Amino acid sequence: MTASDTTSPILRARALHQSYGQTQALRGIDVDVHRGEVLAVMGPSGSGKSTLLHCLAGVIAPDQGTVTYTPSGGDALEISALNEPKRSRLRLSEFGFVFQFGQLLPELTALDNVSIPLLLGRTKRAEALHRSGELLDRLGLDGMGAKLPGELSGGQAQRVAVARALVTNPAVLFADEPTGSLDSLASENVLTLMLELVREVGTTVVMITHDARTAAYADREVMVRDGVIGAGYRVSS
Amino acid sequence: MNNSLTLLGLLSRQPSYGYDLKHSYDRYFGMGKPLAFGQVYSTLARMIRDELIRALGEETGAGPDRKKYEITGAGHERVREWLFTPDVPSETLQSNLFAKTVIALLIDDDADRLLDLQRAEHMTRMRELTRLKKDADLLQVLICDHGLFHIEADLRWIELTSARLTQLKKELQSA
Repeated sequence: MTASDTTSPILRARALHQSYGQTQALRGIDVDVHRGEVLAVMGPSGSGKSTLLHCLAGVIAPDQGTVTYTPSGGDALEISALNEPKRSRLRLSEFGFVFQFGQLLPELTALDNVSIPLLLGRTKRAEALHRSGELLDRLGLDGMGAKLPGELSGGQAQRVAVARALVTNPAVLFADEPTGSLDSLASENVLTLMLELVREVGTTVVMITHDARTAAYADREVMVRDGVIGAGYRVSS
Repeated sequence: MNNSLTLLGLLSRQPSYGYDLKHSYDRYFGMGKPLAFGQVYSTLARMIRDELIRALGEETGAGPDRKKYEITGAGHERVREWLFTPDVPSETLQSNLFAKTVIALLIDDDADRLLDLQRAEHMTRMRELTRLKKDADLLQVLICDHGLFHIEADLRWIELTSARLTQLKKELQSA
């Protein structure tokens, strides 16, 4: 294991293979995610892009291949070799997640939803609520903290989900079709606010999208097709 | 974009000097490509000939020129006719990308790679336009959105064609 330098990729996947029964979702994928970049992973439905995100984030361990995570100033860690409890701890401490449908807990207020990851990480409740409130303000949701998810518009609920994903200051934010359920204007609003925040603190983002206008907010994109990276997007080493 | 009719449309708001008209055009539609003064004055001369505008008496305005122009009744009619005649949707059925894809398949070259390279080029332009939207006023946002949606349409075609390459190759080779 080697300590990271600023130029080493924060995530490096090599020769990833993953099958579900007879279906080969990934068929030998190499990807580097550079520190601080916003990377869009594009591809048609069923291309394997969500499976790739799950492997990079340690949600699943691939059948074959390696995923290496190198935190700033830390040692390289092979996520794909960790067991589920260790991957789970890593996800909670290092990564944030946003999904297409925010997956907020409907019976909790916006503020409580955002503070969950902090409470799980044993932050004191008063501090957790304070930090969550600040983040909601930054995302243009001041005064909305006491609302239940059902009382929010789609765009507002998704901004709460973004706040929840970012409240622990994750090193990497994984976003799976983060604006897939929103109209163009709400989508633009969520993306602009989310990326403004992450660029300010240098969070790395891996964002899955089938939508080119969403991908255009990223610094670069890779295309996944039939479980492999498209010809024009392969890493050279 | 039809520059003459756009200038005529601007002039239909109020009488104006050529100098001011050019600056109005640049502000709304220039987008880094300002109109040349020469083009403004030659267009104005043509519109006078066609009786769409007339020159008012000589007086001094904010700019260097002395003539103020006013739209005529025929000019107003021409503007309304332009506004309410829908444009023909552009179908680039003979597009270069289509030709390159077919040729690549016919000569058994890598059409997938060609489409990926084009997609990357389109994405680069989309990123530029998306960056331009940041801190832009609503007019600039609208023109960038127009560009973004058009590029996106090309990308959808690239996507569908990528998915159909194997079938397309079979059809071309059996033809």
